[in-house]
Amino acid sequence: MKRLQILITLAVSVLLAVGGYFVPAAPAATMGPVTDSIGVVKVSKGQPITIAYWLVITGPNGNLGIDSRNGIEIAIDDQKAVLGFPIKLIGEDTGCNAEGGTTAATKLAANNQLVAAVGSTCSSEARPGAPILWKAGIATVSPANTAPDLTDPKRSADYNGYLRTAHNDLVQGAVGATFVRTVLKLSKVATIHDGSPYAEGLANAFAASFKKQGGTITAAEAVNVGDTDMRPVLTKIAATKPELIYFPIFVAEGGFIARQSKEVSGLANVKLMGADGLFDPNFLKAAGDAATGMYQSSPDTRTEVLGSIYTVFLQKYEKKYGTKPLSIFHAHAYDATNLILQAIQKVGKTDAAGNLYIGRKALRDALFATKGWKGVTGTLTCNPYGDCADPHLAVYQITAGDPSKWDPGVTNPKPIYPVVK
Amino acid sequence: MGRTFWQRFSLISLFLWAFRITVVLVVVVGTYGTLSSGKYGPAQWIDIVIFGLSQGSIYALIALGYTMVYGILRMINFAHGEVFMSGAYTAYFAAAALNGFGFLARHPFLGLLIVLVVAMATATGVGLLVERIAYRPLRRAPRLVPLIAAIGASFFLQYTFRGFFGAGFQAYPDWPLFKGQMVVAGIGILRTQAVAIVGAVFLMVALYLFVMRTKIGTAMRAVSEDMEVAAMMGINVDRVIVVTFGVGAAAAGAAGVLYALVFKQVWFFMGFVPGIKAFTSAVLGGIGNIPGAMVGGLFLGLIESAGPILFLDGLGIPAPNQLKDVFAFTMLVLVLIFRPTGILGERLAAKKA
Repeated sequence: MKRLQILITLAVSVLLAVGGYFVPAAPAATMGPVTDSIGVVKVSKGQPITIAYWLVITGPNGNLGIDSRNGIEIAIDDQKAVLGFPIKLIGEDTGCNAEGGTTAATKLAANNQLVAAVGSTCSSEARPGAPILWKAGIATVSPANTAPDLTDPKRSADYNGYLRTAHNDLVQGAVGATFVRTVLKLSKVATIHDGSPYAEGLANAFAASFKKQGGTITAAEAVNVGDTDMRPVLTKIAATKPELIYFPIFVAEGGFIARQSKEVSGLANVKLMGADGLFDPNFLKAAGDAATGMYQSSPDTRTEVLGSIYTVFLQKYEKKYGTKPLSIFHAHAYDATNLILQAIQKVGKTDAAGNLYIGRKALRDALFATKGWKGVTGTLTCNPYGDCADPHLAVYQITAGDPSKWDPGVTNPKPIYPVVK
Repeated sequence: MGRTFWQRFSLISLFLWAFRITVVLVVVVGTYGTLSSGKYGPAQWIDIVIFGLSQGSIYALIALGYTMVYGILRMINFAHGEVFMSGAYTAYFAAAALNGFGFLARHPFLGLLIVLVVAMATATGVGLLVERIAYRPLRRAPRLVPLIAAIGASFFLQYTFRGFFGAGFQAYPDWPLFKGQMVVAGIGILRTQAVAIVGAVFLMVALYLFVMRTKIGTAMRAVSEDMEVAAMMGINVDRVIVVTFGVGAAAAGAAGVLYALVFKQVWFFMGFVPGIKAFTSAVLGGIGNIPGAMVGGLFLGLIESAGPILFLDGLGIPAPNQLKDVFAFTMLVLVLIFRPTGILGERLAAKKA
C-alpha cells in the first residue's frame, strides 16, 4: 500500500509540475516606456519583429495555406520594416485538423518574442488554436477561416484575440443559395458536410438561406474526413432525387464525391457545387474530368469588384512565385499581415537606447479598432467579435478538369455570378 | 453449479446483456424502419451490396497478411498497412509511366499485369526488409517488443514515402478499358469494381491453394501449429517465416493496385485506415485463420456500406453514413461478445493458449 501512495504522490507532483509549466505567464507588465495589462514584447535594437503564420502548407489541402503564405510574404516585402525594425516571419504547419491547430498554436505560444500571428487556414484548427495563442497574449488574424461560430457574438472570451479578414460563411452560404435558386432556378438540393466546423457551418448556412428562398433540402448528409468510399452516401442521396449536390468540404473527400457521383445511378446529370475549400488546382487533380461544369462559391477577385489595387498585387504574386494563385486567400492574407503591421506601427514605442516595446493588449485593441481601412480585399472594418472582412463573393464554374489549365478568376474556374458590368 | 443464476449475475454481465439487446433491437427496428419506408429500391440495394463487396475484398486481401503472420508468429504486423501503401504508390509510378505513352489504352490487361507485378514485387521487398530489420532480431523478445517495433516500422515507412514523394496525393491515371459500367445478369456494375472483386477473389483462391496444397504451405501450417516441433521435423522455420511475410506482403501490394484502381488517389497516409480495417477484419473472421480473414473482410465491407443505411436510417438518425466506422466497430464488439474467437474461430485455440 505504501508503494502505491508514493507512486500516487509522485504522479500528482509530476502532473502539477508539468501543468505549472504550461500555465501561461502573461501577467501585467511594465517594460521600458510601455505598461500593458497582458504583457509586453521587447525587441532589442537591431533585432527583427517576429510574426508567425500558422497555416496548412502540406498534405492534400497544402495549396490553401501556401497561397496565403505567399500573400504574407508579399506584404512583408512591401513593408520591409516597421518603425525601423525588420520583420521576421516564422511559421507552423497546421494540417487542416484540430490536432494540427493545437500543436502549431502551442509551439507558437511558447515563443515570447512572437508579436502576432496570421492564421489559421481551416476553421477546425482555429477553434482549439486561437484560445491557446490568446492565453499567451498573442493576437491572430485569420485570412481563411470562415466558420460562423468563430466570430459569433456569443463566442467565449478565449477568442478575444481572434480576428479574420476572410468572409463569414453566413454570407457565403447565402450567396450560394441565391445563385442556385435564382440563376440555376433549382429547388431541390442535397448537402454533404464532413463534420468540420467549416463544412458543417457552411452547409447549414446554405440550407437555411435556400429554404428561406423556397427551396427544399432533400438530404443533409455527412461523411468523415479520410473517407474514400462515398458511393453508399451518394446512393442514399440519389434516392431523394436532388437536382444539385452541395458539398462545401475539402480537396481529398471532395474529389472522391465528384468522381464517384458520376458513377452512381441517378446522379450522372445532377449538378455539383462546392465552396472555397475546393478552390484549388489539387481539386482538379483529385476529381479529374468529373470537376468540369461544377460550381464553386469563393471570394470575388475580379478587377471590376476589387479595383486595380488587386491587379497590381496579382502582378507581384505572379512575378515572385511564377505561378497563378494556388487558391483564393492570398489577398486576405496580404491584408491580414498589413493590418498587423500597421497596428504594430501604432502601438510600438522605442526607448532612448533604441529598443522597441509592443504592448500585447494595446496591439489587440488596435487591431479591433480597425475602421474603414483600405485593403486589397475591400474596405475593412472590424466588429467587436473579430469580423473584419468586406465580403465580396462570387460563384465560379470549372471549365476544364485539367490542373494545368488552372487560371482562377479568368477562365478556369470562371466567375459567372454575380454579373458585373 | 454451487451458485444460483442470480448469484452469478454481476453488474458487468447485466451491462453486456443490455448491450446485446440494444444492438439487436437497433438492427431489427432499424431494418424494419428502412425497409418499410420504401425509400430505396432493389437497384439501390444491389449497388450498395456491390460497393460493400468491392471494398470488402480489398480489406480481405490485406487481412490475409495480418492473419498469416499472426498464425505463425503470434504478432500483429502493424506495418502491414504501409506495405499496402508502398505497393499502391509504386503501382502509381508504373501506371503513370505506362499511361504516358498510351500503353494502357493499347494493352490494358498486359498493363494491369505489369502494374500488379511491380506493386507486388515492391510490397514483398518492403515486407521482407521490415521482417529482416525490425522483427527477426526481436524474435526471442517478449511479445510486446515486436509490436512496438511494428508501430515504429509503420511510422518509418509512412514518413519515408512522405519524404520522397511529398505529403500531397497523386492522381491515378484512368484505365480507358475500365471506365464506366458493365451489365452482368441484369445488374449494372462499375468496371473498376468488377476488376477489384474478381482480382481479389482470384488472388485469395490462389493463396488458399498455396497454403493448402504446396509443400511450403504445409510447412507454414506446421510452423503455425507448433514452431518447435516443426523445427525438430527438419523444417527451416526462418525460411517459412520469410515466405509468410513475402506472400502476405504480395497480397497487400496487389490490394494496393486494386484500391488505387477504384479510388484513383494515392498518398503516404493511405495505408493507415485500410490497415486498421483489415486488422479488424482478421479479428472478426478469427485471427490466424485464412478463410476467416476473407469472410471477415467481406463482412466488414458489407456492414460499412449497407449498415448505416439499413439499420440507422430507419431509426431516423440524420446523416448516418458519418457513423459507419462506429457501426463497423460495434459489430466487431458484438461478434466478439457472441463468439470470442471470431466468426470462423481459431481452430487451434486451445493448443496455442
